[in-house]
Amino acid sequence: MSGLSRRLGTSPLFLPLLSGLLVAAMLISVTIGRFDLEVGDVIAILWSNIVPASDATWSEMSVTVVEQVRLPRILAAVLIGFGLSVSGAALQGLFRNPLVDPGVIGVTAGAGFGGTLAILLGIGGYGLLAIAFCFGIASVVVVKFLASVGGRTSMLTLVLAGVVISAFFSAAISIAKLLADPFQKLPAITYWLMGSIASVNYTDLLLLCIAIGPATVLIYLLRFQINLMSLGEERAQALGTPVGAVRWTVLLATAMISAGVVATSGIIGWVGLVMPHVARTLVGADHGRMLPVCGVIGAIYLLLVDNVARAATTAEIPLGIITALIGVPVFAVILRRLQAGGGWRND
Amino acid sequence: MIEVEDLAVSRGGRTVLQGCSFSLREGGILAILGRNGIGKTSLLSVLVGTLTPDSGTCRIHGRAGYVPQLFNVPFSYSVMDIALMGRAAKIGLFGAPRRQDYAAVRRLLDMMGIADLEEQTFNTLSGGQRQLVMIAQALASDCRVLILDEPCSALDYKNQGIVIDLLHRLATEHGLTIVFTTHAPQHAIEVASDVLLIGGRESFVNGPVETVLTAENLTDLYDVRTARAEFAGSGSFTFAPMLRQDRGDVAP
Repeated sequence: MSGLSRRLGTSPLFLPLLSGLLVAAMLISVTIGRFDLEVGDVIAILWSNIVPASDATWSEMSVTVVEQVRLPRILAAVLIGFGLSVSGAALQGLFRNPLVDPGVIGVTAGAGFGGTLAILLGIGGYGLLAIAFCFGIASVVVVKFLASVGGRTSMLTLVLAGVVISAFFSAAISIAKLLADPFQKLPAITYWLMGSIASVNYTDLLLLCIAIGPATVLIYLLRFQINLMSLGEERAQALGTPVGAVRWTVLLATAMISAGVVATSGIIGWVGLVMPHVARTLVGADHGRMLPVCGVIGAIYLLLVDNVARAATTAEIPLGIITALIGVPVFAVILRRLQAGGGWRND
Repeated sequence: MIEVEDLAVSRGGRTVLQGCSFSLREGGILAILGRNGIGKTSLLSVLVGTLTPDSGTCRIHGRAGYVPQLFNVPFSYSVMDIALMGRAAKIGLFGAPRRQDYAAVRRLLDMMGIADLEEQTFNTLSGGQRQLVMIAQALASDCRVLILDEPCSALDYKNQGIVIDLLHRLATEHGLTIVFTTHAPQHAIEVASDVLLIGGRESFVNGPVETVLTAENLTDLYDVRTARAEFAGSGSFTFAPMLRQDRGDVAP
């Protein structure tokens, strides 16, 4: 743990500064793209929604690009980055394992299959969200059941159960693809699964807000209980935590986030696994300090990744591919560091 | 004060203890000895309230704080973070530690002489320091009864001494009632007022240290010949086990 980064992280100004950085990154992101825009114009266009401008110096086209094309996408990246990071941090705390993320415990694959099934059956919008959510929750329940022996959850069996469930749903997705109409539904499923927010609209944003907003608030309210859970369920119970209630509330909240993200944007992996490590390095492990920082850092990260996804090449690169390309090597480094520190117990 | 009557406890579908009774006065220290897997930890879980007994009663006057066997935590919590978790019962489901919780924990760390560790990362501490922090966590709940699972098992002599000293102080100066398990009769001799020997599922010997802790009882308990040894001229004594079975020719 570097002393400087920790000192920076413990300053009371750190979170406000980080949030300011996020807002600045969002404004700059609106200007990125083939249609040229100035930051000043962006601010003026957005401001004119609150106080109507008398002398508009910008074109109708600018308004459309800002409000209908770029802003929904930027808001989606921020919401998803925030939600996935908070959910990853909560799950790592709950399972007392810094290598857990929604993907590892099977939620993502479950929700992915749910979404695939919905597309196959021609169901979209809220129906897709509901089906993806139900399968996400179901996979968590099965994983938790498989991993619990005699009331205890072993970390090894947990990860193995997650692998088993993910493998099962991957096979199920393959079957669904096999059955899908190869000209319309198959490409839809394939691109959707790769993870992209290129075609996000305000309806999707509303879905994301419903899925991520209450769930992250709930997780934040349970911040101190997650600290206790990370000592082990028996210990937490001895100290007065209602273990069952906290466990299921956090699991459902994280499944809600993952399902919402998968339903609107497909599978975007590795964000929830990597961001909590960055946050812990900066502000320590206490979830009260760490969760908000983790969320904001995740939001900035996914915003930057999405900027790369839409601006790096003329063809759109699916977001899930980039987060995996960045996340995997970072994960490898974390794994090595944990090993060097005497195993994952010594973060 | 603790009163346990006719307790039956099972773990994983197997009855580990049957008909266990003992009592401990306020400010008393009870040492529990017994072989590995005999049910010592299960008995502690019943006392703490995390395991429900099959039958029998267990009455504890005042809140019980629990110190588990030494372990690492999975994340880089600071000593303050770890000790604050002991305040859980006062903080509530959706709450977070307040100013008075920090103040209470600081007073505790100060009393225990580890105030300077407050900002350090828990996992980087020595075993002895970690054990003290875990005791601070239990005490932070304002418990009147302290229950410890092998508090000295991973510690060197010096650190064992620090922990045993602390237990003595907590009982005599702060009036805490203390229960701990151990494999070293020396810990019982030096700090306990009472001893409970668990010899088997239904075999318990309970009473004051002086009468219960004898070479014969320990020999029976561990099925290892044990001799009483006096520190020359001081009147203090200890017990020495003969670990190798094939050395039967050596007289105790």
